[in-house]
Amino acid sequence: MSNLLDLLVAGLATGAIYALVAVGFTLLWQTSQTINFAQGEFVMLPAFLMLAVMHAGAPFWLAIILGILLSLLLLGLGFKLLLVDPMLRHGVLPLAIATMALAIGMKEAVKQFFSAEASPFPSIVPAGDVSILGTVVSLQSLGVLALAIAVVIGLTMLLNRTSIGHQMQATAQNPTVARIIGVPVERMILMTFLINAFLVALASLLITPIYLAKFSSGEVLGQAAFIAAIVGGFNQVRGAIAGGLLIGVVDNLAAAYVSTQYRAAVPLILLIVIILFRPQGLLGRPEERTV
Amino acid sequence: MRSGIFAGLLLATVSAAAAFAQGAPIKLANVAELSGGGATVGNNWKNGIDLAIEEINTKGGVLGRKLEVTHADSQSNPGVARAQVQKALDNEPYVLLGPGYSGSVKVTSPLAAEAGIAQIMGGEAAELTQGGNKFLFRTSFGQQSSMPKVAKYINDELKAKSVAIVWVNNDFGKGGRDVITKEFAKHNIKVAADISTEAGQADFAADVSKIKAASPDAVFIYLNEEESARMLKELKRQSISVPLMGETTLVGQKVVELAGDAANGARGHVGLTTDAPVDLVKAFREKFLKKYNYVPDHNGLKGYLAIYMIKATTEKMGKVDAKAFADNLHGLTIKAASEPGILMDVTFDEKGDIDRQGFLVEIVDGKQVVKQVLPKLN
Repeated sequence: MSNLLDLLVAGLATGAIYALVAVGFTLLWQTSQTINFAQGEFVMLPAFLMLAVMHAGAPFWLAIILGILLSLLLLGLGFKLLLVDPMLRHGVLPLAIATMALAIGMKEAVKQFFSAEASPFPSIVPAGDVSILGTVVSLQSLGVLALAIAVVIGLTMLLNRTSIGHQMQATAQNPTVARIIGVPVERMILMTFLINAFLVALASLLITPIYLAKFSSGEVLGQAAFIAAIVGGFNQVRGAIAGGLLIGVVDNLAAAYVSTQYRAAVPLILLIVIILFRPQGLLGRPEERTV
Repeated sequence: MRSGIFAGLLLATVSAAAAFAQGAPIKLANVAELSGGGATVGNNWKNGIDLAIEEINTKGGVLGRKLEVTHADSQSNPGVARAQVQKALDNEPYVLLGPGYSGSVKVTSPLAAEAGIAQIMGGEAAELTQGGNKFLFRTSFGQQSSMPKVAKYINDELKAKSVAIVWVNNDFGKGGRDVITKEFAKHNIKVAADISTEAGQADFAADVSKIKAASPDAVFIYLNEEESARMLKELKRQSISVPLMGETTLVGQKVVELAGDAANGARGHVGLTTDAPVDLVKAFREKFLKKYNYVPDHNGLKGYLAIYMIKATTEKMGKVDAKAFADNLHGLTIKAASEPGILMDVTFDEKGDIDRQGFLVEIVDGKQVVKQVLPKLN
């Protein structure tokens, strides 16, 4: 029982990070039909930006702020203006391939200019334990889980309870009509890119202390988040959240009760089953686009 | 008259060619894990090589000839390593250096043997030198030498009766797991959990949960450096407090840097450490630190020693002869008194395995502390 609780908490903590990244996938797809295959590398890069700031002598808190700002600039604004806008007019497929090229470019650039070796990264959640139902649970796992859930709740409230959120929903559902009724569609699309950049920077901050900062660390994360988004429902934020949590837990339970060698296969099997029997995902809706 | 001129020209050409050969650099080829999961291994190894070559060339080279090395990246992938080694051998190097990963050594060593070129590598899997390859040489202990010492320490010092083994599912990990399991059986130590992990694995939460469920007296960790660091962090995160024992890859400098506080208390047998109480090793550490601005792990030492193995063997032969190199290194004892670059006295047996003193260390406050010095056997 205690072992199962450990696995669930650790799985949910990792899953919450997958959820943050998967939500970004969903947002970009909904508002601009962008499938970002560099999403994993988008999680990898902010950690290196923060490390670069720290190496310049800045304290950790300042590195976090500057890292997030730089991520908004590079992975939000820069990504949209320099890659998505010029490529999207040629169709979704060329853009998807361009993001694959971007992923390779980002990995190689970090390898070249930073290091091919892993680097340590400080944790914003202090080490320690708390006792829950008589079981000792890691404070770091709980902290990561709590922070990720808080961000997801905040994002959901932004989308459902605010005017900006409603305008973003309208942009996602029908940009032409949204434009007619006065919604600044371009600005809303840019907003989703900035939100995605913020989410990946946060995911980077939470996952890197565990996975270490390494140029290749985005590969696993990008794949897990992509699977999570499809399993949960690519056209629903809540689907991406559910998918992320589910993949995190399934991955951990598979590693413990199936085998470490096959742990990577289990989420993929889940993906195949979902595509075969519920193509819109667990919480997705068929032929509908919304955020 | 014309034949005299021709003979003169021929003589001059031959003399020039001989002079060129005499002064031409000795070409070495290094194939190592410069990126991918083994980047820590490969880059330390490469830097150690470069440092030694720079030192030797500054002092006039080997038999008056400079050393020259090319570095190729195996990307920590045995398939890529094989292609890179083939490419390197096509250029007919004097000696092949690397790779560091046992799996890559396993697939590349037949190529070097076929070419008749000695290969000095960093792999530690026991099987590497057991197959009769006469051209393969270690720079550190093989598992067959180190694991008995680890098992003895766990039995005698830790008094553990049950141990969880965590190993990486590659040639290095499987080899270590097989040898240590046999050694545990000799000491009647029960294997409480036998946990395989994947190379490059990022998340160890489930593996540590398994260890927790097995409640062992100690944990034996046999992973590569980055995975060792992630495992140590997860063990600390899940509050595992039993002794953690391993080999060089658990207590190396890079692991300590990556794992931070989580590395404290980890213990291991190391064949090479820059914290060794040996003056020449300390001097090496300072030189490396000055040049690269970081303290190397054992792989930096391995790369450095590989070059001095070449120097000592070549000077013993008195000529640069790639075909005779391997024969001359077998059975050779190199004493640090006569060749300080070798750092500690070392003997190479007929299989290419080494005999040298070793150390049992513990990580205390982020530093390796040598607890025991294990003397050279012969």
